[in-house]
Amino acid sequence: MNTTALHIEDLSFVYPGQIISSLSGLNLKIVEGEKFGLLGPNGAGKTTLMNLMTGLLPFENGSIKLFGNEMKNKNRAVNKLFGFVPQDFSFYQELSPKENLEFFGAWAGISKREIKYRTEELLEITGLTEVTNKPVAEFSGGMKRKMNIAIGVIHRPRILFLDEPTVGVDVQSRHSIITYLKELNNSGTTLIYSSHQLNEAELLCDKIALIDDGKIVANDTLTNLLSHHNEKGLESLFLSLTEKAFND
Amino acid sequence: MYKLWATLVKDAKILSRDKIGLTFMFVMPIVLVVVITSLQTSTFELVNEKKIQMVICNKDADDVSIELIQAISKSSMFKITEVSKGLSSDEIKNEMYSKDALIGIIIPSDFSKKTVEKALVISSKAFNNQGVQENLSVSKDTVAESVTVFYNPVLQKSYLQSINGALTAALQLVQSKQVLNTIYTSLNNSKLPKALEQDVFSNQIKINEIPVSKNGSATIPNATQHNIPAWTIFAMFFVVTSLGSNVVKEKISGSFVRLKTLPTNYLLSLISKQITYIGVCLLQVAVIFSIGVWVFPMLHLPSLHLPTDLFSLFIISLFSGWCAVSYAICIGVFAQTQEQANGFGAVSIVILAALGGILVPSFAMPNSFHLLIQLSPLHWCLESYYELFLEGGTFVDAFKNVIPIIFITLFIQTLIFLKLKKMQLI
Repeated sequence: MNTTALHIEDLSFVYPGQIISSLSGLNLKIVEGEKFGLLGPNGAGKTTLMNLMTGLLPFENGSIKLFGNEMKNKNRAVNKLFGFVPQDFSFYQELSPKENLEFFGAWAGISKREIKYRTEELLEITGLTEVTNKPVAEFSGGMKRKMNIAIGVIHRPRILFLDEPTVGVDVQSRHSIITYLKELNNSGTTLIYSSHQLNEAELLCDKIALIDDGKIVANDTLTNLLSHHNEKGLESLFLSLTEKAFND
Repeated sequence: MYKLWATLVKDAKILSRDKIGLTFMFVMPIVLVVVITSLQTSTFELVNEKKIQMVICNKDADDVSIELIQAISKSSMFKITEVSKGLSSDEIKNEMYSKDALIGIIIPSDFSKKTVEKALVISSKAFNNQGVQENLSVSKDTVAESVTVFYNPVLQKSYLQSINGALTAALQLVQSKQVLNTIYTSLNNSKLPKALEQDVFSNQIKINEIPVSKNGSATIPNATQHNIPAWTIFAMFFVVTSLGSNVVKEKISGSFVRLKTLPTNYLLSLISKQITYIGVCLLQVAVIFSIGVWVFPMLHLPSLHLPTDLFSLFIISLFSGWCAVSYAICIGVFAQTQEQANGFGAVSIVILAALGGILVPSFAMPNSFHLLIQLSPLHWCLESYYELFLEGGTFVDAFKNVIPIIFITLFIQTLIFLKLKKMQLI
């Protein structure tokens, strides 16, 4: 039987001081082991939803459950279940990859021995072994993106939230990141991925939700979505469902 | 415990790579201590040891005026250059500029005559009070001639007062000699013997200066004993420029977003920063005090005499450091940007230092400032140090000043806690 990794019910959210809801009446169910893409135009509510799912934003209306644990309760143990790869570089630029992994590993609550093992493993996977003691500030954009992901998975989370994980990287780096994410998923990690890169989403995700104006306008496998809406590709589907309007 | 250790290692590494922050925390206070102590020591020497250039135009050239010049010379405060008696006031001012003199004096042409006459009037009055016939040949309203003093406007009021004091003493000496001579001559029909004159004017009552200390130590307060503790406290509180902006930097950086999603309380990060920076403060104390003890004598500055009670010194430094670090974190937690933290942090420390007696002694401040002085943590830190360094106090003596430091620190910590709670970070 498939375990529900994430279950969102009737979630609404309004930023303090604003009248218009950023999200309203949102429902979503993601099964463990899925590669789930969260797509939508700028301002649609993707980042807000990411922040709510990871507990960065407090909310009152609705429910978000991570493996059955309500996020509203602010139980720190739940934070061990997931990893987060924010869009911004989320590490200390003054420190080396090894130092960053050791620190974030400790904060993620894993043992010293496990940190040592995972640090070596992740440095090798991300190809950063040769620059292990160099300050991250001196890295290229692609290397920093890999670093960002490595820190997010150091504690072997069951679910990984990725917010635009490949933004600003070259084709080679993007390819290697996507390959790594697929491997990670094969080892059992559920991926929840948010991006503007539709071709990347097509490559990576087996299920997609399109979000527009704070609501989910489509949620299914890519094949089902394309056949249901009679579209040939994700880009044309995206444009037809988000009313082709510029949101910027 | 491993989380705390990992955070301490992270903070220590980031700090050790912050070259500008380290310069602010270590090099700047060392430069401040050396410069200010040198300035205060040379100021002290200017008034007490180095001679001030003085130009004297003696238009009189009689005995009393020569005696006056000798008396001024004996004060050891001035290096005297006599100029031609025919010079005008403007020419004397020019002489002052050309000879780099801060003081110029004109002794008027009838100075001796008028001083002698004044002495006669005084002695005559003295005899008249005793029923002896007064000298009718002397006019009762004889007034002593004024000596004109020119001074360079760069001289501060306090120096000018010292110079005036020295000149007044010389004038009084000359006048007193004349009065004594006149009285002696009237009584004995002979001149006052030189030996007696010397006995009268050289065996003056001495002033013994004894610094008061609680442990009876004979440490003589000097610019070093005052400045090193004061500027070490300033340095400790100046960590706000590094720590305050470090907290803001972390708060607005991507790493903070990740920290918030991890199963560890953010309070741990602040505890680690407190431990790391208290270590920095104690290191500042060790470095600056060591410079005072070993490097100052090499720079011909008075060396620092450490108090005998080193345990008390450590405890006071520890609590002062904790207070300084708490203040810096508070600034960092409340500030929205690094510019706010740096600007407000630095300016507020200068204000608190001024109120706390680091820049100007607290006793010299107006009464209306006394409540504000009590609110400055730097004041209590300085009082605690002075208790040990200048007054030879014990731990108990110093601890009464540490109690307000603890209260201020706990108040700041409460503010930090409430703000973090409001931000839902703890």
